[in-house]
Amino acid sequence: MGIATASQTIGPYWHLIEDKDWADLTRFGATGDKIVLTGTIFDGDGKPCPDTCVEIWQSDPPTSDTFPGFGRANSDATGTFRLTTIKPGPVAGLGNAQQAPHIAICLLGRGLMAGLVTRAYFAGDPLNATDPLLSSIEDPALRGTLIAVADGPGVWRLDIRLQGDGETVFLDV
Amino acid sequence: MSDPIPFRPYAPGSQPSLDTPDYVTTRKRHPLRAPIKIPHTVTETTGPVFSQTHFPPSVDLTINTTGQKALGERIVVAGTILDEDGRPVPHTMVEVWQANATGRYDHPGDQHDAPLDPNFHGAGRVYTDANGRYRIVTIRPGAYPWPNHHNAWRPTHIHFSYFGPAFASRLVTQMYFPGDPLLAFDPIFNAIPDTRARDRLIAAFDMDITEADYALGYRFDVVLRGRGATPMEA
Repeated sequence: MGIATASQTIGPYWHLIEDKDWADLTRFGATGDKIVLTGTIFDGDGKPCPDTCVEIWQSDPPTSDTFPGFGRANSDATGTFRLTTIKPGPVAGLGNAQQAPHIAICLLGRGLMAGLVTRAYFAGDPLNATDPLLSSIEDPALRGTLIAVADGPGVWRLDIRLQGDGETVFLDV
Repeated sequence: MSDPIPFRPYAPGSQPSLDTPDYVTTRKRHPLRAPIKIPHTVTETTGPVFSQTHFPPSVDLTINTTGQKALGERIVVAGTILDEDGRPVPHTMVEVWQANATGRYDHPGDQHDAPLDPNFHGAGRVYTDANGRYRIVTIRPGAYPWPNHHNAWRPTHIHFSYFGPAFASRLVTQMYFPGDPLLAFDPIFNAIPDTRARDRLIAAFDMDITEADYALGYRFDVVLRGRGATPMEA
């Protein structure tokens, strides 16, 4: 049986494969509740992290010719990323459980030896209360690091703190 | 609906630690709290499928829009992408990027005092075939200095990005070249605890991939995560 190949940092020059269009998951004509997911990434000194490759994946709406479900954005000089997508609905959890609407996030960047995985849920969604992951996190401050907040019409903000005060909850997947 | 089959956990020692102090930038970028282990749901066991229509392949990095050939030692890199059960990963997108023959990236952020090659950008995209095989043509990149510590040089490497079948199978790594004396000094390469796992990032010179009168060949095989045991039958 094989063993999965080791990860290495994506480094500072992954922009050579960057296509800015990938930050808009609606570019192939997807219809639905169009939203912007934005946020700023901070390091352990509270300094913004530019050059991060922010990748998102959502299994709802289902992928189609018009909706890739996957997007990728750079964090700019202020550490801020911005992706346009369709707001997901709830998806199946294990057993009979249902998961609240969420977007999976993978951060790749200089100083990250492997992808850092987290999720963006949506503040105010009634299903958050029964979501298996959110409800497994007892500390509301920790839970809050996974919940994007409304930041204008159709705009959701999730700041990500890699280390220290307010450190984002990351997921071992 | 039955639960999705999860991917297996990574083998101990096979993956680098996020906290790798010798790679200075990790010091303020690694989380201090352990990640929360979550069971794999449809979010983790599904992933993007890239169509060659939307995302066309570009196999030969030595040929550019300029119509002129890139400078440097032309090489072929080929290999097979398998999962941990030895099954080929077919029709998956592979992204590639690298420095040019002088050790300079075609990116404004790279100010290393080495010449750019106007005929080499250094990015490509290929898809594996039905048997998980891929092949690219490129230039052997140069080593370059980086500011991590005094007299720090990255070993010659090519960046690779893989998706596989799921969000959980995503892999970004670097391919190194056999016999590179810089490997022993590189904190990024040496961040992988298991030396065997480390050495699997070193491509093998391969006479069968080498093409007569054209280019030397290197084999770089990759293993993506495999699924765990099938859950107990209901």
